Amino acid sequence: MSPALRERLVAVAVRVAGVSTIAFILVIFFFLIQQGLPALVEVPLSDLLARRWYPIEGVFGLLPLVLGSLLVTLGATVIAVPLGLLTAVYIAEVAPRPVREVLKPFIEVLAGLPSVMLGFLGIVALAPELYHRLNLSTGLTAFTGALLLGWIAIPTIVSVAEDALDAVPRAYRDGALALGANHWQTIWRVTLPAARGGVLTAVMLGIGRAFGETMAVMMVTGNAAVMPLGLGSLFQPVRTMTATIAAEMGEVAGGSLHYHVLFLVGILLFLISLAVNLVGASVVFRARTRAERILS
Amino acid sequence: MRRAAPLLPISLTAFVVLFAFGCTPDSSPGAAPPERAIVNKGSDTMVNLALAWAEAYQQVEPAVDVSVTGGGSGTGIAALINGTVDLANASRQIKPEEIEEARGNGIEPVEIVVARDAIAVIVHRDNPVDHLTLEQLSVIYSGAINNWAEVGGADRTIVRLSRETNSGTHVYFLEEVLRLGDPDNRTLFATDTLLLPSSEGIAAEIAYNENAIGYDGLGYVTDDMKVIAVGQDAAGPFFLPSVETVNRGVYPIARDLYIYSPGEPSSQARDYLAWILGPLGQELVASLGFVPLEPTS
Repeated sequence: MSPALRERLVAVAVRVAGVSTIAFILVIFFFLIQQGLPALVEVPLSDLLARRWYPIEGVFGLLPLVLGSLLVTLGATVIAVPLGLLTAVYIAEVAPRPVREVLKPFIEVLAGLPSVMLGFLGIVALAPELYHRLNLSTGLTAFTGALLLGWIAIPTIVSVAEDALDAVPRAYRDGALALGANHWQTIWRVTLPAARGGVLTAVMLGIGRAFGETMAVMMVTGNAAVMPLGLGSLFQPVRTMTATIAAEMGEVAGGSLHYHVLFLVGILLFLISLAVNLVGASVVFRARTRAERILS
Repeated sequence: MRRAAPLLPISLTAFVVLFAFGCTPDSSPGAAPPERAIVNKGSDTMVNLALAWAEAYQQVEPAVDVSVTGGGSGTGIAALINGTVDLANASRQIKPEEIEEARGNGIEPVEIVVARDAIAVIVHRDNPVDHLTLEQLSVIYSGAINNWAEVGGADRTIVRLSRETNSGTHVYFLEEVLRLGDPDNRTLFATDTLLLPSSEGIAAEIAYNENAIGYDGLGYVTDDMKVIAVGQDAAGPFFLPSVETVNRGVYPIARDLYIYSPGEPSSQARDYLAWILGPLGQELVASLGFVPLEPTS
């Protein structure tokens, strides 16, 4: 095989791989649209914006589901982002080498834990504990879900953020230290801002992981489709969009109204994660241009 | 036929492919099923029972293989309509529109009652309440009352637990308890009712939560929960669910479990059903916590 031919083959293979990935996403998207849009025609918009979800009687208010997902994800973000970033900073910048070499792979193993196992832990240990400690009426609440989701998102955040911090050139730190900055000032003012793009990617991936998580959430949030209004609802049961699809898709008759509405919920999930990613990407992009300006 | 294909056609090609795919397995509903294999599918309530029957029947009739899957009563009946099962398990009676649909496919469903099931109302073992009327259960679950003190218990919030909406048990409880069997009653579960995806979820919550009230099949009741005696009205009498009270017809929340056959069962399916209704099959019903039919011998 001549080198030129090999070159062409590799180029074709790479192109096919790239194009097929995009094609798969497009196919999924069109399928979602095709199965979900009929719901917008069949169910009046005012019904979709109602505050009650009881599909077996044809009551399809999506608001409690959307707000439920947002509440649980927000709770998980508040828990996971600071903890995850601090852990990443500790591993990348503070921990001595041997500690680091143990911690990093350990956290990556945690990232691979099946969520159903965490959900089970949530049911048998976390929920009863919260019920007794916080004197709640039930342990199956949005907060329980947020704690578990935070736990699920932290390894992702730590792993990606640590890689980003690790990639910051040694010269940056040496320069800061040489200018008289102490260790903390170097981390906070130099290393973290330099790794900003990667750190934001880590946060976005973590939020995405929490938002899309299904099994653990379905097991511990109680799945009651109440409208979560106010902070108090953090300690009440909620029903998320993902849990709704997982719980109901198995039994629904193909082509029925309920079936189309579940696909509409899928479209909403898709759009919300897309929005989160776009916001993240634009922030990263802005950060990069500023860094380039400083360096030039 | 459209029901057999779960997807709307994207294009004519896709339609043809799906149509062919959806129809191949049931193009010959009248033909005999493959020799010595009985395909059995349906109710999740009944799946453990169906598995136990299939396993025990293997000892009796080693040549006949019964393959059992769950998925829910609706799933089983849908498969019956599409002609892809020999026997469909259902924890509810087939609906008139489902019979119509089956007839449209040239299938006449045959109904056999194979066991009975009672729904037990359960609370935390330290809950002082030990009996409730159907009416009280209805107001508790519809959210009209929210404190145990209103039904003679401690001053505690009531936390309502239910199975998910896709469970046959959920629908049965809605119709027979919340709506008290009245088809014109449109009462719904209170919005804050916890919908748990499994019997294990309900058992785990009842085990620690003194506020909780739940319901589930009698077969799922364990020793660490308290079963409530249920009565028609406040004057009583109140009955705990048991084989005896269900067969006497006095326990108010009990139902029949069915197996449906597409048309008259084949000879091997008929033998299997006869064995299920016989003493050995009914012994298994009892051992799994369901209620056996009146002794036939």
